[in-house]
Amino acid sequence: MTLRSGVYADSVKLMQVSRDVAARDGVTAVLVAMATPLNLELAAGMGLAPDGPAAPDQLLVAIGATDDDALADAVAAVDAALAARERGGTSAEASVARTIGAGLAELPPEASALAIVSTPGQYAVAEAADAIAAGRSVLVFSDGVPVEHEVALKQAARAAGVLVMGPDCGTAIVSGLALGFANVVRRGPVGLVAASGTGAQQVSCLLDMAGVGVSHVIGVGGRDLSAAVGGLATLDALAALDADPGTERVLLVSKPPAASVAAAVADAAGTLSVPVRSAALSPSAPDLTAAVEAVLADMGLDVPVWPSRPGPAEAAVPGSALKGLYSGGTLADEAMLLAAPVLGDVRSNIPLRPELDLGTDLSAPGHVVIDFGDDALTAGRAHPMIDPTLRLEAVDRLAASGEQAVLLMDVVLGHGADPDPAASLAAALGAARSRTQLPVVVALVGTDADPQGWSRQADALAAAGAAVFASNAVAVRYALDLLGAAR
Amino acid sequence: MTIADLLAGPPTVVAAGVDVFSEALRAQGADVRDVDWRPPAFGDPADLAALALDPRRATANRTAVERVLAAGSHLVDVRPAREVLDLPDRTLLHAGPPIDWASASGPLRGALVGACLFEGWADDVEEAERLLAGGGVTLDPCHHHRAVGPMAGVTSPSMWLWCLADPVHGGQAFCNLNEGLGKVLRMGAYGAEVLDRLRWMRAVLGPVLSAAVRSRDEPLDVKAVLAQMLQMGDEAHNRNRAGSLMALRELSPSIVAVEGWASSDVAQVLRFIGGNEHFFLNLGMPTAKLAMDAAAGLPGSSLVTVMSRNGTEFGIRTAGTGDRWFTGPAQTPVGLFLGDYGPDDANPDIGDSAIMETYGVGGFAMAAAPAIVRFVGGTVPDALATTERMYQLTLAENPAMQIPILGFRGSPTGIDVLAVARTGWLPQINTGMAGRVAGTGQVGAGLVQPPRVCFEQALAALAGEARAPAAA
Repeated sequence: MTLRSGVYADSVKLMQVSRDVAARDGVTAVLVAMATPLNLELAAGMGLAPDGPAAPDQLLVAIGATDDDALADAVAAVDAALAARERGGTSAEASVARTIGAGLAELPPEASALAIVSTPGQYAVAEAADAIAAGRSVLVFSDGVPVEHEVALKQAARAAGVLVMGPDCGTAIVSGLALGFANVVRRGPVGLVAASGTGAQQVSCLLDMAGVGVSHVIGVGGRDLSAAVGGLATLDALAALDADPGTERVLLVSKPPAASVAAAVADAAGTLSVPVRSAALSPSAPDLTAAVEAVLADMGLDVPVWPSRPGPAEAAVPGSALKGLYSGGTLADEAMLLAAPVLGDVRSNIPLRPELDLGTDLSAPGHVVIDFGDDALTAGRAHPMIDPTLRLEAVDRLAASGEQAVLLMDVVLGHGADPDPAASLAAALGAARSRTQLPVVVALVGTDADPQGWSRQADALAAAGAAVFASNAVAVRYALDLLGAAR
Repeated sequence: MTIADLLAGPPTVVAAGVDVFSEALRAQGADVRDVDWRPPAFGDPADLAALALDPRRATANRTAVERVLAAGSHLVDVRPAREVLDLPDRTLLHAGPPIDWASASGPLRGALVGACLFEGWADDVEEAERLLAGGGVTLDPCHHHRAVGPMAGVTSPSMWLWCLADPVHGGQAFCNLNEGLGKVLRMGAYGAEVLDRLRWMRAVLGPVLSAAVRSRDEPLDVKAVLAQMLQMGDEAHNRNRAGSLMALRELSPSIVAVEGWASSDVAQVLRFIGGNEHFFLNLGMPTAKLAMDAAAGLPGSSLVTVMSRNGTEFGIRTAGTGDRWFTGPAQTPVGLFLGDYGPDDANPDIGDSAIMETYGVGGFAMAAAPAIVRFVGGTVPDALATTERMYQLTLAENPAMQIPILGFRGSPTGIDVLAVARTGWLPQINTGMAGRVAGTGQVGAGLVQPPRVCFEQALAALAGEARAPAAA
């Protein structure tokens, strides 16, 4: 029990010292505090009342201990604690933005910014809404967003003058920046509005091979041209490209759209100053390559011979089945639209007509085209452009089945895709072809500037016995020829 | 920022989710900022989406924030509660959401007993307890009467109240006079010294302050004092030293000039104010209350307008859900203890004073008061980090309440229920700790958070409103 004059520490510091010293062995009670009446009363309550008069500007050090040694140690600990200066460490948890809203708030208002959301789909809406509220456009890679939420987001975006790309938008190129799965293509005058990721990749790569670059590739999500969404983002994207000085013409790439929406989009396109050409797939317009060729003709350019690697000479085998194993849904659609008039019905997990649905039987006999990128086959695993496992298993099963077939596949290169897809596929094709006669046709979507390199991949696949084509449409027709189908 | 700007040059990318896309963008030389995204801490995904997409929300929250920031606070009068609040006889106000005697914790019971003795409704503790247990006294939250009270918040008819007015929106708010530290009614103590002090406050302090406040040419601008104290090391909840001294400076000339009082009474008034480091708290709280009340009743707004505790339950209200309380069990603060009191002596969280954090000061302005962070054994960087975190829970920065060490950034103001769910962070509250046993008084001070369940309920209710807005 001592009173010290000329010592001051604030009450918080003193409470801390008291607590620390009280935790020492042999210490029964501690009060280190300024000698205010309240604290003297507290000390008295602890049986540590001072003997003489005390003043509030004195420091009261009251310690109860089991023995003298413990008391001396405790006093020393009080002295040390009072002398110690708090260390201003760097231990504090850094406060990193946890939401798109907080992340965007850190940017200066004048900065050009884009949000990208790839969270689980059920939580993507709040992040996308943050961007819209902040007056920023957003690319939503996530799938599994309910369509009514997509509509609400796109309506809010329109009111805010920004763009929602997606949900389920896998591909975009904005001002030269490749977002998601996109290829390394040259900049140029053609703007793409794409409700289809692999469709946009096919078109942009073919344009690049023809020496024509893209200004922007604006993905709008696979449902944008459905009746429910009504082309909200497509219309906004068309208007934005119309106003963009770097865009001279526009190509609209889509899976088959709702008829009413296609008409509305066509009406809107007619009011723009830039020419808009549609590459929306349909039974009457089944061919993305043809749409690219039409754009080249519009520009007064020659259509090149699309790059290919001829496969080994293989005789046509009439009666064989077409087996299309695709990673890109739009490319699978294109294959079915081109094949059906020639082969008749093609069954699929993304069928042209509901009655052609394969269900879960991916090894069904007959003409079959499977989209391995469909949501049902990507739940809980990476997209087949990243993880080839399921497709390689399907190749193996096909070879083991003994069914006479022509194998048709796509391989999509570019940012985000498998860094060397030919390596695993060539091995699987080699193994399959050693067991059975299996002609293989590959649509290889990419450019030589892609990280994987179109030519390197094409050579490796050709060496494994595949016929390789830069155009999916050309690849499909080659496969149909191998089937001996008249066309 | 239009679409045209986006197409004019490579944008900065802010990304939430898987990082492979960010890596691909960095490889292209893009400026990419990954947010530390994680799944929301609570909330049905459909509810979160409904709230995020509620078309009323952005406008309603903007309006709410504008009102909170614009609200002013003038000290216009000091009057007895009976007159001001038109309290029926045998009514006591208390802190927090509604509660009855049976559920009341020790300090609230102690304060209610003390108030019954103070009002002369009972002659001894046992009689007061019988009276209260028998329902002979109506209990009602301060918040239901535009009032706030620290700790137990017990306000009885003959107590004098600070009367504050918002000159911008016309609101009024009230708070009793602070008794000081230690054994005080608001901490649940009701001994003779507590009652003697209350009687002196009723007989001398209240009338003197009333005459002094009424004699001023201009009402005291309490919001201006609150703004200044943040620049002087106070966070205005657990540390009110500078604010209390400024209030004394502002009021003392009028106090000294009050006629009809002995100089010894005047001296005692000045000594009492000067000796109470928390004197200003009871002016700061109604200032915050005025601002938050200005935002109440805005359909579609997810702004929290009240955080408050009665010692048993923590309750919140939001601007978009009217008068509904969303309650959960009050947590026990973590902190430092007076004398040999320890964690077992502390009562769960109590008091209307979390209105300070609701307004964006107190724990939210921790960075302005580094001394406070040591209540949890933290460091100055912890104080900065706490305030930085709170910016992600709030809708605005209050330009009037600046934090010097953050480059005079405005304090994080206006808690958004949706942001609480999405960040997983709960509001940080600085608080005093009352003894668990009635009659004990203060045992310490520390930090506490609301129970998450309050925000879970509020989120579900706001989502329900978003789906089916109540008829106006």
